[in-house]
Amino acid sequence: MAYLELDGVAKQFGAQTVVDDFSLAVGKGEFISFLGPSGCGKTTTLQMIAGFLDPTRGAIRLEDKDLTAIHPAKRGLGIVFQSYALFPHMTAAENVAFGLEMRNVPRNELAERVRAALAMVGLAGYEERHPRRMSGGQQQRVALARALVIKPSVLLLDEPLSNLDAKLREEMQIELRQIQRTIGTTTILVTHDQNEAMSLSDRIVVMSQGKIEQIGTPQETYEKPVSAFVSQFLGKTNDFAGTIDRTAIPARLVAGSWSAPAPAGLSGPVTVSIRPERIGFGDEGLGAKIVTRIFQGNHWLFQCDSECGPAIVIRQNDGERQPAEGDAVRLTWRPEDMSVRARTVT
Amino acid sequence: MSGLAEERNARAPWALTAPALMLFVGVLLVPLAMTVMLSFHDWGQYKGIEPVFILKNWQEIATDSYYAEMFWRTFRIAILTTLLTALLGAPEAYILNRMSGRWKSFFLLVILGPLLISVVARTLGWALLFGGNNGLVNKLLMSAGVIRFPIPFMFTETGMVVALAHVMMPFMVLSVWAALQRLDPQIENAAMSLGAGPVTIIRRIIMPQIMPGVLSGAIIVFSLSASAFATPAIIGGRRLKVAATLAYDEFLNTLNWPLGAAVATLLLVALVLIVVGSNALIERRYAEVFR
Repeated sequence: MAYLELDGVAKQFGAQTVVDDFSLAVGKGEFISFLGPSGCGKTTTLQMIAGFLDPTRGAIRLEDKDLTAIHPAKRGLGIVFQSYALFPHMTAAENVAFGLEMRNVPRNELAERVRAALAMVGLAGYEERHPRRMSGGQQQRVALARALVIKPSVLLLDEPLSNLDAKLREEMQIELRQIQRTIGTTTILVTHDQNEAMSLSDRIVVMSQGKIEQIGTPQETYEKPVSAFVSQFLGKTNDFAGTIDRTAIPARLVAGSWSAPAPAGLSGPVTVSIRPERIGFGDEGLGAKIVTRIFQGNHWLFQCDSECGPAIVIRQNDGERQPAEGDAVRLTWRPEDMSVRARTVT
Repeated sequence: MSGLAEERNARAPWALTAPALMLFVGVLLVPLAMTVMLSFHDWGQYKGIEPVFILKNWQEIATDSYYAEMFWRTFRIAILTTLLTALLGAPEAYILNRMSGRWKSFFLLVILGPLLISVVARTLGWALLFGGNNGLVNKLLMSAGVIRFPIPFMFTETGMVVALAHVMMPFMVLSVWAALQRLDPQIENAAMSLGAGPVTIIRRIIMPQIMPGVLSGAIIVFSLSASAFATPAIIGGRRLKVAATLAYDEFLNTLNWPLGAAVATLLLVALVLIVVGSNALIERRYAEVFR
């Protein structure tokens, strides 16, 4: 049964629809990411759950109670903001204690919970520091401790890692996942970073222009993208124009010189979407010429000029001899590795 | 790098600031030093100013209770004006900061209004509003039932404080506004999500963070009010003298320049001590917020 449920939620600012028909059921303890480019409505959706914005239409329910009827201060959600929004005039411990004070937690219990929360995020000993004397990563941890110490029913993270440098961001991702697993808080993360969404979440909600494009596990969204937007937003991909020929017996899917038995259902012009690491060089297949070859340590990146336009291929650096720049090659892949969508001919 | 070039580099800032420094010395430091020297000169009804070194003027200020009363009044008015601008200006700035674009610029103009009008015209305007028992302000207050008898505004400290607070308000509002702009835009949402109500948010989150702004605004308002001339001269008139109007009278009516210079010097020294002292206190107290 759904723990947190969004049902046909929409938000309009004047005539502009920022979020439209957003429906999602989140299970208890699940880690969900809202992924999309800036302006896709992911933060707006998060703010509607938090209560800083009221939905124009639709319902938000938490354990079957109407969340929109509850004042934001009474919702009991933990929120980590992109800017952290720590209280600069309070020490780390005072920041963390604030939410407990608002709940009139007795003094002894409060001190103990603050200490435990700061220890959980690895900041034991930093109780008396002021936020401005802490590094970005430390501030981020204080913000996380402050949100978690109130034992929130749902943890909302609004691009919490985007202000950190790459190395620290990776460390925090691992830590965030571990903390979330340990305490089992239902979590919603808003991010524009597909790696972050994929490495952290149980399920990803890919959004574009206020609408949900796809909901699925990281693997599903990566390997079986339902739209061109999803396949391009989540990592690199090749989109080849192909045709399904139902007159041939048996029916075949053709893209340039590459062909395979046609999948069921579709007919006519289609887009064949295939990840660069699933393409191999073979004796037959799509004709291409290698334009550039880039060595990237554990793998090679080839940019090719194929019969169906530009293509990228990634090959493991497994010691095999790789084709050189200017070589004519044949690109081939297994039919189960591609996804095929209907294509509108323009 | 060669030693010569370094030496030239070390001299360059001085050379570049020399014109401004000379102007500063010429029009500020020299007249100031001359005023201080003047305060030690002698003066008589018939002999005029005598360039000798005596402490007569300073002794007179120190012993005559008239001066003590006058300085006490000056600072009392300045303190009350500062309190009034802080009490009204800080909420005003907070509301202004929350307004949407077009209204914000309109009301900012309204707040800056007093600074755009000539000080004499504006103070005379207040004199018209206050004007005796039949002044507009008294009539309004009485018909609204706030007071039963007219409050004397003209030639009183109350009137001076009200008129001064009006013109000083922009300094307070702008100072608090600058502090508000430094606030994280999500900070109120953060406090709200942790369960804080609107009063708690203002008292525990907003107030402590804008306090440095209020205090630096208070320093500006206090020093400007203590040395204000036009408003006390018109509203206070001949009877209620403050340091600035007294110095003016000594210079231009009694023609006792040395005594006027002593009053002006004392006002300056007292103000500098108060401003520097309170500034140091504020910076130490709010080191975390200022950083």
